[in-house]
Amino acid sequence: MSYTFQFGVLAQYQDQILSGIWLTIKISVLSIMLGCTAGMVLASVRSIWGGAVRLLVDAYVEIIRNTPFLVQLFIVYFGLPGLGLRVGADTAALIGMTINLAAYSTEIIRAGIEAIHKSQIEAGEALGFTRFQIYRHVIIIPAIAKVYPALCSQFVLMMLASSICSAISTQELAASAAFVESQTYRSFEIYIAVTLIYLALALALRAALALIGMWLFGRRVARRTMTAVPEVQA
Amino acid sequence: MTLKTFGADQIGFLLLSLQWTILLTVIALIGGGLLGFAVALARTSQLKPVRIAAASYIQIIQGIPVLMILFLSYYGLSLAGFELPPLFAAGASMTIYASGYLAEIWRGCIQAVPKQQWEASESLAMTRLQQYRYVILPQAMRISLPPTVGFAVQVVKNTSITSIIGFVELARAGQLINNATFQPFRVFLAVAALYFVVCYPLSQLSRLLERRLHAGSSR
Repeated sequence: MSYTFQFGVLAQYQDQILSGIWLTIKISVLSIMLGCTAGMVLASVRSIWGGAVRLLVDAYVEIIRNTPFLVQLFIVYFGLPGLGLRVGADTAALIGMTINLAAYSTEIIRAGIEAIHKSQIEAGEALGFTRFQIYRHVIIIPAIAKVYPALCSQFVLMMLASSICSAISTQELAASAAFVESQTYRSFEIYIAVTLIYLALALALRAALALIGMWLFGRRVARRTMTAVPEVQA
Repeated sequence: MTLKTFGADQIGFLLLSLQWTILLTVIALIGGGLLGFAVALARTSQLKPVRIAAASYIQIIQGIPVLMILFLSYYGLSLAGFELPPLFAAGASMTIYASGYLAEIWRGCIQAVPKQQWEASESLAMTRLQQYRYVILPQAMRISLPPTVGFAVQVVKNTSITSIIGFVELARAGQLINNATFQPFRVFLAVAALYFVVCYPLSQLSRLLERRLHAGSSR
């Protein structure tokens, strides 16, 4: 193999790469906040109302979890305009990521809610808690504390999966890599560099989530967050 | 020029390309399974440097996007002087991706076997190989079945990413048909439905196995 690596050429495309990093961070953080909130709401209404609502939420979760993120993006970006809803690539990416993450969050938080023992709720009633107080202090907060590490792994996976949004021309990090590649033909160098950037972003996101976990739920949850592995059980 | 519409021919093409998706999944699970098994054993090795090397491998694979693994294999293979069709880059990247996750899943399963099993087999003068072969792995395998089937679902879905380097599997076939018919909503819903038909039974199977595994334990 007689190939000379030239990482130097990348320096002049710093701006493109930085703006790619910025967009990746932006859509990731936004979709995490929106997706997690939606997941919390959906998991709650599903367990409170039951019946048709539960069926609908479960159908949504199963459909999203059993189809590829890329195809979901295609439906949002190419399909929605056909229904009269034209969205830009960045918005489509954000919508796609939020829809995807909401389904996974719902599933993870649902597992947390179901792990709350019935006697806990009865204890809350015995203490004269109102239904809202029971929901808040006995169900949702302990449930999220329990599944927080799994939730964070899913957030990191979502940040990494945001690279797929380059396929619908969202100008995030992977797309800026493709642009620099097309300008310089230094494909291997640029993709090595960008892979390392993603690795750093993943570590930074996990550390940030662990800090938030420490602030919200204490040291034990934070430690589990750093070492958690992605949930793969269906 | 008249546009084609999304009809029986197109559905036939989608079904044909679904075979490539499944083939790629099988390659990833076999290749990733072998590599992942080796990494899982290294991860539970008695030698600290081996353990650290395996842990770093897992951390790196799980810390980078599948898309980057794909690009690096695609351009890396051609840099190394191989002129290979996209199937090889796709297969190689899916194998590497699957190995990083399967290794971590199986490490958990090996470590879930109670410590007493190690001690009992050691007191029977078994070598480490015999311990794995007759005592640890048979039990770890039983535990590993539900999460492994669950991970297969992730692999099926993530093979769609290989469409980005032009490998014609199900997602790419959907794009090609969309380019000819311009009925994106209908085409990609059909594509999603086909993925669902493959993934949903696997998800349910994983859930069933999980329930059966915990049938004895009460909560």
